[in-house]
Amino acid sequence: MTIRVQLFNTCLGENFYPGVLRDMVAVLERLGVECRMPEGQTCCGQPFYNSGLQQCARPPARHWLRVFGGTDGYIVAPSASCVGFVRRRYEGLFPEGSPEHTAVQEAAARTYEFTEFLTRVLQVTEVGAWFPHRVTYHTSCHLLREFGLRNEPKQLLRGVGGLELVPLTDEETCCGFGGSFSVIFPEVSKQIMEKKIQAIDNSGAEVVVAAETGCLMNIHGGLHKAQAPVRAMHLIQVLAQEDRGQRQGNGGR
Amino acid sequence: MKTSPGKIHFRRNTQNIPARIPGAVQSATKRFLALRDAAVNEYGAEHWQELRQIGHDLRLHTLEHLDTYLEVLEKNVESAGGQVQWARTAEEARNIVREIAQRRNVRRVVKAKSMATEEIGLNKDLQSAGISVLETDLGEFIVQLAGDSPSHITGPALHLRKEDIAELFHARLGVVAPPDAEQLSRIAAARLRHEFLVADMGISGGNFLVADTGTLVLVTNEGNGRMCATLPPVYVAVVGIEKIIPDWQSLAVMLTLLPRNATGQKMTAYISLIGGVNAASTEDGATEFHLVLLDNGRSEILRHRILRETLLCIRCGACLNICPVYNNVGGHVYGWVYSGPIGAILTPQLLGLRKAGELPFASTLCGACNDICPVKIPITEILLCLRQRALESATGAIGSQQTMLRLGAQATALALASSRLYGWGAQALRVIQLPFLRNGWLPRLPPPLNRWTNSRPLPAFRTDFRKWWRHRNHGSSKTWRTRARSIVNKADQAASALRAWYRRRT
Repeated sequence: MTIRVQLFNTCLGENFYPGVLRDMVAVLERLGVECRMPEGQTCCGQPFYNSGLQQCARPPARHWLRVFGGTDGYIVAPSASCVGFVRRRYEGLFPEGSPEHTAVQEAAARTYEFTEFLTRVLQVTEVGAWFPHRVTYHTSCHLLREFGLRNEPKQLLRGVGGLELVPLTDEETCCGFGGSFSVIFPEVSKQIMEKKIQAIDNSGAEVVVAAETGCLMNIHGGLHKAQAPVRAMHLIQVLAQEDRGQRQGNGGR
Repeated sequence: MKTSPGKIHFRRNTQNIPARIPGAVQSATKRFLALRDAAVNEYGAEHWQELRQIGHDLRLHTLEHLDTYLEVLEKNVESAGGQVQWARTAEEARNIVREIAQRRNVRRVVKAKSMATEEIGLNKDLQSAGISVLETDLGEFIVQLAGDSPSHITGPALHLRKEDIAELFHARLGVVAPPDAEQLSRIAAARLRHEFLVADMGISGGNFLVADTGTLVLVTNEGNGRMCATLPPVYVAVVGIEKIIPDWQSLAVMLTLLPRNATGQKMTAYISLIGGVNAASTEDGATEFHLVLLDNGRSEILRHRILRETLLCIRCGACLNICPVYNNVGGHVYGWVYSGPIGAILTPQLLGLRKAGELPFASTLCGACNDICPVKIPITEILLCLRQRALESATGAIGSQQTMLRLGAQATALALASSRLYGWGAQALRVIQLPFLRNGWLPRLPPPLNRWTNSRPLPAFRTDFRKWWRHRNHGSSKTWRTRARSIVNKADQAASALRAWYRRRT
């Protein structure tokens, strides 16, 4: 039976990293998954909730439910914080016993973060990618602490042909993004981010990988500003890299 | 020593942090964390998680039956010869301690480290009554000498480097001091010994109160707590009502969790169990013991199902050590005695959101504090709850733009509930960004977005994913746009055909 996935674009993914979404489709299809994109999706409402405006999260949540509620298969996003928000908070936004409450529980239960979907649902750790570069990995807080995905993203990276994974100092320390935190306290956010950039620069990697668009946006911008010779990529972008003939003569992966 | 600060401006405070602070803080917290991790691993990571749960459950159980346990405690302390005094507010607590001191003609007080007495601003109050107060914990001694305030729950002088302390000792004590921890502490100890012997009164806080036996527990590394409790004739302990635990079995759990999580020690150098007074004045030790039980807003916190878990805290300081925010700003910017994640949730509840409404926002919500807390306080949940209260209470917690922000958010929230408005907004941003666009980046945006771009550029807004998706599935999904496009195409074809026909004719 074909596995079907409804693409949960997320607003950061769609507005800043459309390439990540295209690559997500490519990787999923390579694994034989059928992708659909529910029209009309917007933002999950997490920024409001986390900023203390929990009432404001309800209209976007209700809209999310309208868009994804009637779909079938899995719902997959390239961001653990959005998925965590849907899975952990949505039901609390609607009164218990209401039809919305029940519907949201059903939809949330089949909503997955991409790494989680690959490793826990599809149980895949190798996707046939080829990326002959030195790579370091930044752990995003939600992926690690909400989903307990500590080793899975690294397993996926180790499964990439030609890739050399190098350690990152304090890899489990937050990058300083924190959603609204970064604009309420820009000075502190900057300081935390610069420490992360320093660690990335010291790692000797050519590429830093994160599995979360929020962290990616922060780190990507930080590297650009510091003119560091390190590229920032989403894990999905690395997994989408295919062998374009470089493998010949290298004796396979 | 700040009794009742004004409004705490966290952001403003973070804008002038001395450059040496992050480095000094990080080198100390890194050491604490490495020792802590080693201790937890030695204990067994899995067992440790079980013990945290037990710690959480027994602390919560005690809070839920606080009235009962406090009465048991009072009875047991009094039957051991101690006197229990209840202080509803900081002022009441200060008055109680000052009156005891005045009744006994106290001139000199020696103090052991205590967050509760910092909270009520006791030192300043006693000093203004003409009583000298000397802090005897090494860190507190340094901070007092510098006229500074503590910046960490377990390491009050953690923001100072050895070099700073040596310089301070030279300036204030007139001794040539090398920047060496061992020698600096020896200099301080030599000063303090005499003071312990001549003091009229000792004051401390308390780490735990065991209800079952009326025992006060002090967990220290320098032995100064025991000296304060036993050398002067009068001993006063000021302890928050939430520090109570049911029995010695509970104490065993707490004494396994606390030192390991704070400093990676299996046991601190001194654990003093104080159970009353000496009956005969011929023996050494205090002949008068007062236990001041401090409420100061705690019973109010107990009323809320989520917020009450703030009071589970056993003050190990680990949440400060692991916090990315604390590590880059130090403790003073939190504006009061409690700093780091615990300060961000406790201070607003003790001082009110009007004064400390910025603090719950001072977190990236990374959740590292939740995971390291030895009694599993759901710090992130409490932060979110306080953020909501701060914005709903219209106290201007995060500044004057709060109302604007709320209205803006409500409008945006409604727009996000409409796919059409969201689509238009995304398209509009793509156009609006054009004057700011530089090679795919937005390096400089006008306020308030410059709060982002001052630190790093924003990637350009792009909305080509849906276009790509539609293009790729062309034919399978006919939206009005594709339909319109096909009409235009057909019209175009018809026009060309017409032109061709016309050309052929002429």
